[in-house]
Formats: sequence, C-alpha cells, structure tokens
Amino acid sequence: MYRYDDFDRQLVQERTEQFREQVKRRLAGDITEEQFRPLRLMNGVYLQLHAYMLRVAIPYGTLRADQLRELGGIARKYDKGYGHFTTRQNIQYNWPKLDEIPDALLDLANVEMHAIQTSGNCIRNTTTDQYAGAAADEIEDPRPYCELIRQWSTFHPEFTYLPRKFKIAVTGSPNDRAAVKVHDIGLRMHQNDAGETGFEVIVGGGLGRTPFVGKTIRDFIGKNDLFSYLEAILRVYNRFGRRDNKYKARIKILVHEEGIEKIRDLVEEEWAQIKDGSLRVGDEEIAHYIAQFTPPAFEALSDDDADFEVHKAANRRFFNWVRSNVIAHKQPGYAIANVSLKPIGGIPGDATDTQMELVADLSEKYSFGDVRVTHEQNLVLPHVKKADLFALWTALDAAGLGTANLGYVTDIISCPGLDYCALATARSIPLSQRISERFGDLERQHDIGELKIKISGCINACGHHHVGHIGILGLDKRGKEFYQITLGGDASQDAAIGKIAGAGFSEAEVVDAIESLVTKYIDIRESGERFIDTYRRVGMDPFKEVLYGDR
Amino acid sequence: MSLQVVTANRLGDGLVVFLTADGGWSENIDDARIAEGKEAADALLAEASAPELDVVIVGPYLIDVEQQDGGLVPTKYREVLRTKGPSVREDLGYQAV
Repeated sequence: MYRYDDFDRQLVQERTEQFREQVKRRLAGDITEEQFRPLRLMNGVYLQLHAYMLRVAIPYGTLRADQLRELGGIARKYDKGYGHFTTRQNIQYNWPKLDEIPDALLDLANVEMHAIQTSGNCIRNTTTDQYAGAAADEIEDPRPYCELIRQWSTFHPEFTYLPRKFKIAVTGSPNDRAAVKVHDIGLRMHQNDAGETGFEVIVGGGLGRTPFVGKTIRDFIGKNDLFSYLEAILRVYNRFGRRDNKYKARIKILVHEEGIEKIRDLVEEEWAQIKDGSLRVGDEEIAHYIAQFTPPAFEALSDDDADFEVHKAANRRFFNWVRSNVIAHKQPGYAIANVSLKPIGGIPGDATDTQMELVADLSEKYSFGDVRVTHEQNLVLPHVKKADLFALWTALDAAGLGTANLGYVTDIISCPGLDYCALATARSIPLSQRISERFGDLERQHDIGELKIKISGCINACGHHHVGHIGILGLDKRGKEFYQITLGGDASQDAAIGKIAGAGFSEAEVVDAIESLVTKYIDIRESGERFIDTYRRVGMDPFKEVLYGDR
Repeated sequence: MSLQVVTANRLGDGLVVFLTADGGWSENIDDARIAEGKEAADALLAEASAPELDVVIVGPYLIDVEQQDGGLVPTKYREVLRTKGPSVREDLGYQAV
C-alpha cells in the first residue's frame, strides 16, 4: 500500500498546525465565523444539527489496519464511541468539540490520515472500486492512478476555488462498483485496439437536484496522458463553469447546457497546449506508483479448500454469509470478504470504536492488514484465505458484523438524514431500519435477490437515491416528512437515473409501498430476473398500478 | 399570535442552545426567552446577532414554538430533533440526560 513520503508527511503536519492556530484564533474572537467557516470546511469540519461533524478522508477507500484502529480510537476519544462510513468511502464523526479537533487531526496525521479534500469547492477525495487489487474481473489495480490523482489534486493551486465541488471516480474493472458514470469525472479502465491499457473518460455525471448520467468525452486516453487531460477538463470547467448560481455550478450543468461536443472541443484545444508539458507522466513514474500497490505475498494455494467446504456444509449461517458476502478473488485459494455494516434494523454505515478495532485486528490476522470502505457503506477484507473464512466470520459474527446481506434488499444505502444533517428535509435512517426489519427474513431476501434500495433525506442525494433500483427521497411537506419513490435507477456500468413513480408517501405508508413493489416484482418476474431487470422489461406501469391503483 | 425563540449552536462544542431571559444561552429550550409577534421576534434576533456574541454562538435564528404541558415545543420536527438528539440514538443528545 502507498506509504507517505516526507513531503506528504510534512504537508499534513503543517496543515494540522495551521488549523490548530486558526481554531485558537476563532475561540479567542480574533476571527469571525464568516472568516473561519471556509477554513474549517477545508479541514473537513462542518456544523451540523446537534454539533460539529468531522469528515475524515479515506483516499480511494483503502485503509491499513493501524489506520482503522486509530479511527476507532478517535471515535472513543473525541466522539461518542462510533463513526459513520459514508457513500464517499469516508468516515464522519458526529460529536467532536471544536477545540479538540486539532488534537484529533494530529492523531490522524500520525497514521498518515487527514481531513483534506472532504469539503469545499476543490477536487474531492478520489473514490474507486473497493475490490481494487483483488477482484477477479479487474484489468489492473486502479489505485496507483487514484494515488497519482490525489497527488495532482491535493492543494492544486489552480483548482482550490472551483465553481463547485468536483468528484472523480475510477474503476479498473468492466463491472463498475464505483458508480463512475455519476461523478463529475468517471474513469473506466479498458484496452484499446492496440492492446494498450488506458481509460474511457466520462464527464458531467452527478446526482443531487439535477441528476445526469455522464457522457463520454474521450473513448481512450493513455496512462501517460491521463493527468494532462484531467487538467484540461478542470481548466475548462474552472473557466466556464457557472459561478452565478450554486445550483448550476457543477460541471454536469456546463456539459448539459453547452453540449458534450462543445466541451470536448474546448478540452481538446486546452489539452493540445499542455499535453507534452510537466503533467505527462512517464512509464517509469507510473511503474513507481504501481510498485506501491504490489499484491501482498499470497501463498500458492489450490482454489479449493476442504475445511472451508466442510464448514459451509455444517453451518447454515456461515453458508449464507459466504453466499452473499464472499466474492471471487483473482488469486487461487483466496476470497474477498465483505463486512456488512447493515445489521437487520441497524443504522447503515455506523460502526462502534470496538468494531473498528476488531476489524483492524482481523485484517492483520487474515487480510495482510488491508481494509476497504465501500461507497455502499460496508467494509471489506480484500485478501482472505478461503481456509480462514470460517474463523473470520465467527469473530465478525460475535461482534454483530456477520450479517449475510450484501447486495440484498436490507443492504440499504442511507444518508444520515434529518437525524444528524443540517441540510436534510426528512429522516432517512429510521426508514432504512423499518425496511430492513420488514425484509429481515433471510430466506425472503434470497428469494428477492439483488435489490438496491437507496435513501436520501434531501434533494442533495448523498444517499444516491437516483441510482437505487428503488430510490427513496425524503422531503418536507408542510412540516411533515414524506417520501418520494423512484424506480429503475442503476449505479453500475448500465447506469440510469430512476424515474419518479408518482405522488409521495407518508412516513406511515412508505414501507408498505416498498413491500407492494417487491411483491409485484415477485409476481411478474421471469426466471433469473433481478428487480431492475423486471423493471426494464415491463416499465413503470405495473409498479405504478400497485402503488396508486386508481389514484 | 405566534411564539418564537432564538436558537443557535454553541461555538466551543457546537451543541444546540437557546437565548435566555438574562441574555445567556441555555441547552434547555424551556429556559428560552419567548417573543410574541414579529416586532418582539425581530428584536430578539437582533440581540442574538450582536457582533460580540460571535465568540459565543454560531448561526442564531428564530424558531416557532408552542406551549405544551408547561414546556416549550418547536412546531417543526427538525427543531424538535435539535432539542432532543437523533431519533435513532435515544442514548445520545439532550434526550439521554
């Protein structure tokens, strides 16, 4: 895994000290809230409904064991014993005190972590496939490129005051698990006709109040040219992106208003000026970053493990966990183990201090000290020997982390919603809990199959409701919470924005409404169809019928 | 006539507070000074927005409240949550005390 060099270390230490001074001046009254606000936001400190919130960056969702252990320690020392993993592969703490945040940032810096690029109108923390470096279907590990993007984008002087925030996601696999088509820039690794590996560049995707699936601006960009090309896109956006209206300031609006052809021409024109400059990254430098992410020292194993099969046959609950939560690994004899943070009726994405410490310990024991955070708010141990899976699951299960529901109807994405968030218009978490309880029976979940429910507590769509197979948006209607349902969204390589089914439902009605959709799907599905497949085949009408009848 | 109080977040710890009769800030909404009518509410907000309070609280604003069972309850659910804490963690926030 990437280790900080002296430059990175100095950068983060200096930033931490800077912020300590800024907090001191704010508390002494030397600077006003108006002056301080942009400074705290540049350090991941928000003011939420009940208290401050600190959002910590987890670059491309990759953590070492000592880092996750520290995140657990911070939850205990500076918060109330828990943290919340977000749809941006980050973690946020809900109760830190302002004067203690500099100490928390220092503790983070000691394990090479920080809160940079988690807020503000900069290039945000880059996200990627949580199975990077492990997935059987991967062309190449995307993380060396993510790390290069991090280094290029961190404190980029030209792009610190963009018209609006800017999010880049990368996938190294044809099966997109990083939702790259709904980011400001999505990079999809693939090979061109000459057999070279590079990236399709997708631009102008996004969720929020105006959702778009991104458009391809370039079918293929070689690795050496990637960074100058990204710079060209950012320059065009920085120059032409709308600064007159916050709600029209994202690049998706620019692409939509000007058209992809015009944006492409502008980018190509800009790129022609800079492509042979200092941002052209040589093969040697790329090799240096690839070397930072070399695979761990896998043992040469047979892909079949007799004990693993015995445990599966003997223990039904373990069998079920393997069925949903364990994914094929590229290395024979190894597997990818997903740790669900969605216990039935629990709070999606929340983990306690001791749970984080346990997963850190287990990652050292079973996964080369490597942990991932997913944008679907779960954790991953990416490199587990099949022979160790039973012991791993036993330890996870004892700590409430063994839920077998990955990809099922109870594996719900939910933003914090009105329970925590100052922007929210309705609560998200209690609804996710009620849906989880309604569908908690595992046999029923197996029968339903893959079904992605995503809930946002406001139009900003942190809960990705637009790309949920079933999306739920919580709104405020004359002081009461009500929920709008969208159908047919998809965050994968077949990305689609869901369509609004019709009028919203009250808090009391909405779980029944979701159940009626699921029941309808079961009634009309053809063999092998997931909910989203059935929806695509039959369209909105049959589902609308069960929701509204003659209404 | 509508009743209003001023709420804000405390600078040091970010916790929810309410402007009291003596010009201080309390964690308990029942301690809040009540303004009846627009004029009184504007005066209350003006007092809470004084520049010297910038080192005490952040983002003061008015909320509508009702008298219920001898206590004050915000009319909007968002503000009810702020007086209590997250509905999904009854062990946290003011409701836990």
